[in-house]
Amino acid sequence: MARSFKETLNSGKFVVTAEVAPPKGTNLKKTVEHIDLLKERVDALNVTDNQSSVMRFPSLGTTVLIKECGGEPILQMTCRDRNRMALQSDLLFAYTRGIRNVLCLTGDHITVGDHKEARAVFDLDSVQLLHLVRTMESGKDFSGNDLDGGVEFCAGAVVTPEADPIEPQLIKFDKKVQAGAGFFQTQAVYDMDNFKRFMEYAHQVDRNIKILAGMVLLASAGAARYMNEQVPGVFVPQDLIDELRSAPKGTALRKGIEITGRLIRQIKEEAICDGVHIMAIGREEVVPDIMVAAGL
Amino acid sequence: MTTGVEFLPCIVAFCCVHSAYQAADAAGRMRIPYPENIIMVHIPCAGRVDTLHILRAFENGADGVVILACHEGACHHILGNIRAKERVERANALLREIGVDGRRVEMRTCAPNDGSRFARVCHELEEKIKELGPSPLRKHA
Amino acid sequence: MIIAERKPLEDIKQMIAQYKKILLVGCGTCVTVCWAGGEKEVGILASQLRLAFRRDGGELETLEATVERQCEKEMVEELKDKIQQVEAVLSLGCGAGVQTIADRFEETPVYPALNTKFVGMPEREGLWIENCGACGDCFLDRTGGICPIVRCAKGLLNGPCGGTNKGKCEVDPEKDCAWTLIYRRLEKQGRLDLMRKYYPPRNFQAVVRPGKIEAQRV
Repeated sequence: MARSFKETLNSGKFVVTAEVAPPKGTNLKKTVEHIDLLKERVDALNVTDNQSSVMRFPSLGTTVLIKECGGEPILQMTCRDRNRMALQSDLLFAYTRGIRNVLCLTGDHITVGDHKEARAVFDLDSVQLLHLVRTMESGKDFSGNDLDGGVEFCAGAVVTPEADPIEPQLIKFDKKVQAGAGFFQTQAVYDMDNFKRFMEYAHQVDRNIKILAGMVLLASAGAARYMNEQVPGVFVPQDLIDELRSAPKGTALRKGIEITGRLIRQIKEEAICDGVHIMAIGREEVVPDIMVAAGL
Repeated sequence: MTTGVEFLPCIVAFCCVHSAYQAADAAGRMRIPYPENIIMVHIPCAGRVDTLHILRAFENGADGVVILACHEGACHHILGNIRAKERVERANALLREIGVDGRRVEMRTCAPNDGSRFARVCHELEEKIKELGPSPLRKHA
Repeated sequence: MIIAERKPLEDIKQMIAQYKKILLVGCGTCVTVCWAGGEKEVGILASQLRLAFRRDGGELETLEATVERQCEKEMVEELKDKIQQVEAVLSLGCGAGVQTIADRFEETPVYPALNTKFVGMPEREGLWIENCGACGDCFLDRTGGICPIVRCAKGLLNGPCGGTNKGKCEVDPEKDCAWTLIYRRLEKQGRLDLMRKYYPPRNFQAVVRPGKIEAQRV
């Protein structure tokens, strides 16, 4: 990939990112397969950081792997497991391995994962982590000491356009932009009218902010209902659930791919935002099918 | 018990003076028999019974404990019977923690003139405790 | 006020299994108010332990005492005579109380019967909630008097996380999202500008552990 992710973001092209999840263990076979499958097709690949607070192979290690495979990685960093010292060390290391993109997140709480009794760190929050990245870029560490050899990152953040209530979320979005977030990957969005309203707000905050709409593949009507009931800040409209339910037996996944493709196509055709971030959650192999369905 | 001697349970009944205690008198006047091994403790209100009183009864050899209170809504101190009910639940929980069947403590209600109900309740309790057997908390159990 | 909770009976039994005679000591201050270690709870636990020992075929002798404040040296002094008569002490005080007795009577093993939980306040009768995390650097001026350090599960300083859900917290749907409460309060007061400000990370030097404060005499 010749172009850096930052250049792609600024090129005006419809940006597509996807996500790979590191394995629980050292067997990287499937992860490498996913990387190889997607690295040429998308503009960058996110790597989740102990996703859902489940202990896994590190995000940092996987981004290095993506780099070795010739892909463009986005290092997801949460504040759950590391204090400000460990976060900085990891960023220094990441930089030396050619990793140039970092997505700053607060992280799920420890109690939702598989090490419930562990100590949750949260020394920083996502806004502070963005500040930390920007401070390091100025040649100083977060305590104001000089760095011997600096860093430069394309730092991004996340936002939940369907958060309820939305106002506190918008304030935080604003703070993330102020803190220097160059791009946003959103929580899953399905209702385009709601999403357009959010985009109006986003553009009021910053005309040039790059927003990639989160696209989570719905593999069945049950999964869609689960998202509505169990995942905060996600709203799947009833007509999509009905559409999934009406799919003949065994074709719900096909239908889900078609729906995701259709949403992406709408976002692109109506230029609602700058691109999409596709989260196939365990079905990374169908991402190319989604892209075909979207006409990408 | 293997002795062949019939188990005669010791039951401590905390009787509210406004209801059960009078009902016991009524039973007596009406010559309705009730088990002799019920030890009645005269209390001014079921709300006077503390969780600790219940535990102490067991420490002193009771096989079962009952609080006999006024019917719900009829407490002369408004909430006494409600409080007693909470304490019975608490005592049950404490006993279960020790590994003792919580059914050994219960709360029943009774009207002051209902001698026959009083006697019936006492018989029922005796039967229940007989089924459960002697308290494992007796000193020489 | 310090909020504590009794340890499981099984744990307490194991701690004192080797003894025949112990002293249970309650505290008349915080743990009395939160129903964990006052005179009443001392009486109940003593009785329960005696019964539990008997249940297991043993026998336990107990003495009981409740001091006004177990965390004060002078106040635990009155336990002296009773402690001389027993093999061990079971404290129903908070961790500070346990240590005060243990420091004063070094020859006697002192065991905690409670788990000290948090600094709390009564929400209603019999329910206490944690509203202050004793962080040492009070933040409440910026959040409308609602502490995000302890009332937000993640202790976030710059607004809600993505787990906020219709005003509730993702970690426990029974609990309010502190940042939604803060937003509503500041909105009501016309002070939302406070929420728009960036707050840098906490200073964990605010309390150098173990904490120590020497007051100025007035």
